[in-house]
Amino acid sequence: MSETAFAMTGGRVAYDGKPVLRGIDLTVHTGEVVALLGANGSGKSTLVRALLGLTPLSGGSTLIYDRPPGRFRDWWRIGYVPQRLQVGGGVPATVREVVASGRIARQRRLRRTSAADRAAVAAALEAVRLSDRAGDPVQALSGGQQQRVLIARALAGEPDTYVMDEPTAGVDAETQRLLADTLAGLVLGGKTVVLVAHELGPLEPVITRGVVIGGGLIAHDGPPPRPEGECARPGHEHQHPHAAEPVAGPLTGWQGEPR
Amino acid sequence: MIFELLREQLFQLALVAALLVGLCAPAVGTFIVQRRLALLGDGIGHVALTGVALGFLTGTTPVLTAVIISVAGAVAIELVRARGRTSGDVALALLFYGGIAGGVMLMAIAPGGSNAKLNSYLFGAIASVTPADIWVIAALAVAVIGVVVIFGRELFVLCQDEEMARASGLPVRFLSLLIAVTAALTVVIAMRVVGLLLVSALMVIPVATSQQLTRGFRATMATAMVFGVLASVGGLLASTVSPKVPPGASIVLIALAGFVLALAVGKFVRRGRSDEESRVGPTMRVEEVA
Repeated sequence: MSETAFAMTGGRVAYDGKPVLRGIDLTVHTGEVVALLGANGSGKSTLVRALLGLTPLSGGSTLIYDRPPGRFRDWWRIGYVPQRLQVGGGVPATVREVVASGRIARQRRLRRTSAADRAAVAAALEAVRLSDRAGDPVQALSGGQQQRVLIARALAGEPDTYVMDEPTAGVDAETQRLLADTLAGLVLGGKTVVLVAHELGPLEPVITRGVVIGGGLIAHDGPPPRPEGECARPGHEHQHPHAAEPVAGPLTGWQGEPR
Repeated sequence: MIFELLREQLFQLALVAALLVGLCAPAVGTFIVQRRLALLGDGIGHVALTGVALGFLTGTTPVLTAVIISVAGAVAIELVRARGRTSGDVALALLFYGGIAGGVMLMAIAPGGSNAKLNSYLFGAIASVTPADIWVIAALAVAVIGVVVIFGRELFVLCQDEEMARASGLPVRFLSLLIAVTAALTVVIAMRVVGLLLVSALMVIPVATSQQLTRGFRATMATAMVFGVLASVGGLLASTVSPKVPPGASIVLIALAGFVLALAVGKFVRRGRSDEESRVGPTMRVEEVA
């Protein structure tokens, strides 16, 4: 049996007493490429944050590589791509500086930047085609380019598992294709990926599993159907643990077709 | 004239104090500005006044009580900030007012307290720095620079993206307290030189100045430290011209003048850059298509 990157059982999250996640059971095995789908406000982002321990659970439990987030130590195994860079910290930072900060979980205090660090940063910059912008301030880049910086930052840490919150939101078609290629490369290397998406677009071929969140519950969990839409066919093998719950929002399938 | 001055012990002490403050304040300030807490120094400065007055009241060295109280204040500010509630800034404001009012009150009832002494802490009195003060300032400066050297990489990640710091397993709470406490120590160092009311100026203005000219974080910090030293030493020298010139105010005004100058130069430099970019632009686009 393969290792499990994430294992959440009965995960509940509430903001100010308002439930956002109402009992999520989700196990992600290594090598899977999971897309978390759902309408805006369905709790997708909350779920990835809860998986990482960034948002505390109000009920249930979650494990990262078999340890609760508070006692997890091998953070270098996780590469997190948050939804948006909080650019504009008050001080400029170059693309290279931000990408290099992805190595932090692998670096020791007082240890100088190693050749391996530099090589990983250079490779990450190359992967997102930003090598020629390495010396520019991140603040000067476009939204799509900033998203690429965030992806490069995660790549630079050479983690086993990537967690990406809406990596395709608001980025141009070229960046989407670049991300799809990058993901395909990671999958070949046996990496695990959990990504939140509103629509998959060019990422579709690399996804191995689609999980639809609706109303704070998993509304659909299964292998991705082919574009014809196997979901509609009777007798398909997808699990519907909460079939009684209607999928919230305009979604008709796991793909999250555009309205 | 400067060589004559250098032989005077009073001036030597003042120069050392100015140098140390000029180095430390912008180094810490870079992290604080990056974290969008530019006014943190002001807040701590207000609280530190109570510490100073407590020193007079209890007959201990004001610098030491100021360290204790401002560290406590910085920790309190950080705890309020970490809660992340909207009432946070109101809570901070309450702390600031309490710090000033408490300081004025305690100073008034302290046996050796006077308005003149209060003023020397509010607006700085670099000429009255004693050798004992210098030792305390030097020790604090070593601590501050040590923190920046040892934890700089982690503090950069924390101040750039706290979420990312957490998802990298960094000790976020410890680092947040560390930066707050370091800021408190810096406030106390700078207190004798520019005064509590202007302390934050040396943490913020050199950083704002160097940002106009730099593109990266490290470069900004290094340049800010240079500007900090130039302003603090320059202000000190300016104050030797006439006894009427207050060093604290002249340091801050020189720093501000530097900022205005950098603003103009930065605009010029950036225009040059964008010209360059528009020239290389088309070829880049061809590469991207290919």
